[in-house]
Amino acid sequence: MVFSIGFYLLAIVVIGAALAVVVMKDVFRAALAMVLCLVAVAGIYITLNADFLAGAQILVYVGAISILLILGIMLTREVQQGSPANKYKIPAFITAVAFFGIMCFAFLKTPWQESAAAVAEPTTATLAARLFAADGFILPVEITGVLILAAVIGAIVMAKEK
Amino acid sequence: MVGLEHFLILSAALFAIGMYGVFVKRNAIAILLCIELMLNAVNIALAGFSRYITPDALTGQIFAIFIMIVAAAEAAIGLAIIIAIFRHRGSIDPEKINLLKW
Repeated sequence: MVFSIGFYLLAIVVIGAALAVVVMKDVFRAALAMVLCLVAVAGIYITLNADFLAGAQILVYVGAISILLILGIMLTREVQQGSPANKYKIPAFITAVAFFGIMCFAFLKTPWQESAAAVAEPTTATLAARLFAADGFILPVEITGVLILAAVIGAIVMAKEK
Repeated sequence: MVGLEHFLILSAALFAIGMYGVFVKRNAIAILLCIELMLNAVNIALAGFSRYITPDALTGQIFAIFIMIVAAAEAAIGLAIIIAIFRHRGSIDPEKINLLKW
């Protein structure tokens, strides 16, 4: 019961904040609404027993990515212009609603094979074992290091004054 | 009772909102914000699958962690590109960025 109430409250916050991101004219306020949405998504992870994911969400998204985006807004803000919608408002709305409808149909019609196994809790030890074991995801982890290095160097090169 | 479908529908709704924003916004940073929303929607779906379909293996959560890393790299690169464009052209309206259009 508490679980359901928590889920619905968090879901309302997530959807409301996401709508605010899309609707607000001021980009800075949209970014703040996005921060609220990301915090609520971290709460959704907690309702899914994903404690490490919730912590990483707060650290990476709320702590780093949103600050980076707000810094970008401050560097490039066109104060009067805001972020008006372009002329594709109605087609975009129809596409988004159609996409949502199709996804709901697919999700509700698929017979999911839900497992009754016990939930791994806390998840950190299991995740570490899966990520760093030789038969796990160690190669993607290594490739991720290269990806981040490339991204950092690329960002510095592109944003540098010529 | 809240089940897998609830999380999946929440994820689809968040993704659809982000998709609408990506189509409609005329500010490149607002588009980047909406892309982050879409990535979060995918992460919710993956965490939901991980919780309800493979609760002991946590594969979905591992995918979600990789998506987070890629999102961080994408935000850094996207912002660098947007700042470079702003410096050259004085505007980050995607409709005015038309060097590669014909």
